Amino acid sequence: MGMPADSQFHVLAVDDSLIDRKLIERLLKTSSYQVTTVDSGSKALEFLGFYEDDQSNPDSPSVSSNNQQEVDVNLIITDYCMPGMTGYDLLRKIKESSSLKNIPVVIMSSENVPSRINRCLEEGAEEFFLKPVRLSDLNRLRPHIIKTKSKDQNQEIHDEQTSQKSESSEIKQEQQERVHHLHQQLQQSPPPNSNKRKTMEEGLSPDRTRPRYSGITTVV
Amino acid sequence: MEVGQMQRQWVDYTKSLFLEGLLDGQFLQLQQLQDESNPDFVVEVVSLFFDDSEKLLNDITRALEQPSVDFKKIGAHVHQFKGSSSSVGAQRVKNGCIAFRNFCEEQNIDGCVRCLQQLKQEYYLVKNKLKTLFAMEQQIVAAGGSIPMLEISF
Repeated sequence: MGMPADSQFHVLAVDDSLIDRKLIERLLKTSSYQVTTVDSGSKALEFLGFYEDDQSNPDSPSVSSNNQQEVDVNLIITDYCMPGMTGYDLLRKIKESSSLKNIPVVIMSSENVPSRINRCLEEGAEEFFLKPVRLSDLNRLRPHIIKTKSKDQNQEIHDEQTSQKSESSEIKQEQQERVHHLHQQLQQSPPPNSNKRKTMEEGLSPDRTRPRYSGITTVV
Repeated sequence: MEVGQMQRQWVDYTKSLFLEGLLDGQFLQLQQLQDESNPDFVVEVVSLFFDDSEKLLNDITRALEQPSVDFKKIGAHVHQFKGSSSSVGAQRVKNGCIAFRNFCEEQNIDGCVRCLQQLKQEYYLVKNKLKTLFAMEQQIVAAGGSIPMLEISF
């Protein structure tokens, strides 16, 4: 499978809140992703063509690792706290499925709970975003998509067993580094409402305005 | 009123909403996501917030009136309200939810009732202010102007 043009990376966004679905959809579209939104984990699995026997029947011929290429989703971003299937449950189902496990998963949550973050990362999530998600957070998605893509391609070249073996230890190391990295990030991020206000007051000035639409000049 | 004056008023009004802490940086994120292809994005999302909030406030009010109060259920509503208010940048509503949730955890009915009153006040305050802001924007656009873009760093 060739690497699609950037604009064609397809993200499946899962959130039970309509407001947050609108928001994540706009954020992703602004960042040139193709977006599908669903309101629950079970609908996400349905969209991905996931069936329960996918995991319980590892020997069945229908779950060859090539199946993954039929799924036209490059990344899944899901809310953590949802009624019924949580984002964590969804993550586990995806990582347990031979056909879906290579799709990178990103978890979003409004709560900064370290044990929750660790649990998701240990279960194979690529990133943990604190809500509300911002445009700058989305810059962290693309490397995961690219990495998965090139990994898929490598796998075709290398002898399957060796590559899988070295890959899994590589993944483990990467994961540990990432957990560490994310911890630092979260610790560094200011507690809500502390520095924000100050920066805002300094930066808030009616002089610093510009017309919203390019081409139309506004004198304010 | 000339367009330039309306725009200056809009800037001053927006600024006051931030300085009073009614809105935070997330509202600016919403504004940044609005462009020519989505000219009504902010109004659409904020309208969803209004609908959602009023339903939640009703649900919480009713749940608190029950003879045996289900704090878990109220806590879930408040959690949802905290999420939606933080997604649109309604900062004081969000802070109200955080205080409310603590009283839910303590199962403190009086505290919850007080918090609900305060939450209603904060919500209707920011709702009215946002409606005024949107009306000002409509007037600017109707007069052939464009909405100024505030560049504020958080």
